[in-house]
Amino acid sequence: MSSRIALALCVLLLAVAPFTLSPFRLGLLAKYLCFAIVAVGIALAWGQGGMLVLGQGVFFGLGGYAMGMYLKLSEAGSAGLPDFMVWSGVEELPALWKPFANPVFALAAVVLVPGLVAFLLGLLVFRQRVRGAYFAILSQALAAAFVILLVGRQGITGGTNGLTNFSRFFQLDLTDPNGQRAVYAIAAVVLGLVYLVARLVIRGRFGRLLVAVRDGEDRVRFLGYDPAVVKTVTFTMSAVMAGLAGALFVPIVGIISPALLGIVPSLELLVGVAVGGRFVLAGAIGGAILVNYAKTAFSEDFAEGWLYLQGGLFVLVLVFAPKGLAGLVTGARERLAARVRKERVA
Amino acid sequence: MEALANQLPIGLSIAAVLLLIALGLTFTFGQMGVINMAHGEFIMAGAYTAYLLQGWAGEQSFLLALPVAFAVAGLLGLLLEWALIRRFYGRPLDTLLLTWGVSLILQQLARDLFGAPNVQATAPGWLTGGIDLMGVRMPYNRLFILGLAVVCVVGVWWYLAKSPQGRRMRAVVQDRELAAYSGIATGRVDRFTFLLGSGLAGVAGVALTLVGPVGPGLGTFYIVDAFLVVVAGGLGQLRGAVIAAVALGMLNSFLEFWSDASLAKVLVFVVVIAFLQVRPQGMFVLRGRSLV
Repeated sequence: MSSRIALALCVLLLAVAPFTLSPFRLGLLAKYLCFAIVAVGIALAWGQGGMLVLGQGVFFGLGGYAMGMYLKLSEAGSAGLPDFMVWSGVEELPALWKPFANPVFALAAVVLVPGLVAFLLGLLVFRQRVRGAYFAILSQALAAAFVILLVGRQGITGGTNGLTNFSRFFQLDLTDPNGQRAVYAIAAVVLGLVYLVARLVIRGRFGRLLVAVRDGEDRVRFLGYDPAVVKTVTFTMSAVMAGLAGALFVPIVGIISPALLGIVPSLELLVGVAVGGRFVLAGAIGGAILVNYAKTAFSEDFAEGWLYLQGGLFVLVLVFAPKGLAGLVTGARERLAARVRKERVA
Repeated sequence: MEALANQLPIGLSIAAVLLLIALGLTFTFGQMGVINMAHGEFIMAGAYTAYLLQGWAGEQSFLLALPVAFAVAGLLGLLLEWALIRRFYGRPLDTLLLTWGVSLILQQLARDLFGAPNVQATAPGWLTGGIDLMGVRMPYNRLFILGLAVVCVVGVWWYLAKSPQGRRMRAVVQDRELAAYSGIATGRVDRFTFLLGSGLAGVAGVALTLVGPVGPGLGTFYIVDAFLVVVAGGLGQLRGAVIAAVALGMLNSFLEFWSDASLAKVLVFVVVIAFLQVRPQGMFVLRGRSLV
């Protein structure tokens, strides 16, 4: 019951935010919501499935670039070329970019490209029973390679600068506070949908199978299931969520660049989930928002301190509260319930 | 063709550095199931040690820097193991995050102590220049790194195969419980392995000062490739680490030559994934009794 009240309270808070926060703060909150969407995917793959995903930045980036390419083309001048291509002397639109002029194609790519990459990688890796730390390392290596590729292909990707300077998002004017509110609302709705999907998955048969794979992969195989399929599907879902978040991040923050996607940013996405509690969806979402808020607050005052704090936070959480804040809450609640039971008996 | 041949010493020296880094990783990973993301910062610690010694004792301190860096990085590793990691055995994925947190702190510490910009340690005079071997220009500094790696590998091999401590270590790698029942103090063996592995990372750091600048991010640059070496070579396997390091180091530098640096990394990744399709456990597998 109390969890329902908490949920209603959160929805209410998100609903009043556009009318009470300044546009700047609302933009920040919208950004945190994007990270929360990624966090749901991470909680699914890591918390429920036991797959430590260290390369979510890749999928975030694929979604972000797909959206960014469309937005760039929709704003392109008479030559039909995005501004950065004109500056770096590209004369004709690269073939890779051409289909992204179509909004339907771009929106489909936001979901399909990250999903497909994750599906292929998952299939190749999990079918060979490469798991645990090996998988974590491979996903991290993917993030490293992806970023280097983005930086290297400057004519196509905009290099280290990435894609930036967006003023319109479909019909919305991103420079106008109302446009920003609308984008925020879209992010909040997507977060709600992603949360509901993840909840349905976890509570259904598939979710039980997923936890079983996490806790005893061999036994699940002996029962006649194929753990590789379960893991691949889950990994793909988490990648699609990251892709959606990336696509929303672009109109909200106004930039997508390699610096946001590499090894360190990918790991940062995990910090919130670890702090909030990876086994509970609400914990992961709350943790992601909280940690990113802390990052903004600290970076405003003293930027160097943030890295100490972030590193220290990771160490402290893992040593003292491996299940995160959500674990502390449920632990306290269980102890309270046990005490109440004891008093009733006595 | 000549330009291609000149890639050879570069590829070999990259392989040598990767090997020095991967040796420590593969043993801590294979023996304790610990994925040490802070390993890269031990490389950095070794490199800064060389830089500081040079400021204090001049260019000739380079050879002295090798054992000192081994000690500094090794002690850092020992401290990390003793303070944190030994509480985390059996939770490999958590050690990864834990050590990443430590690595963030160490990097920022380096930034505060030595400044964010890179510093340059000058190579000693006797390492400048090079010789021509069958038409291939072999710079002395790259040859030295190669020699250093060979000496270290032989040392590690001797330690594992011949010394009593190495025998204990192999026993723990093969079967921790059985080793404990046989009276081996596994905790002490773990700590020693950590000291050795971290120390080798420090030596790799000194070697890196010969070919490039030293900065707070030095470790992160190499750590991912070193982990790929561990994955491709098989856990806790000296042979596997050597072959995988040479293969990946050469592959990387030749691919960079043929395409460019950005595509090379992606291709190396694809090659590793393809390789794992054939040998999912890496090149050499320690046969245990667990299901695979």
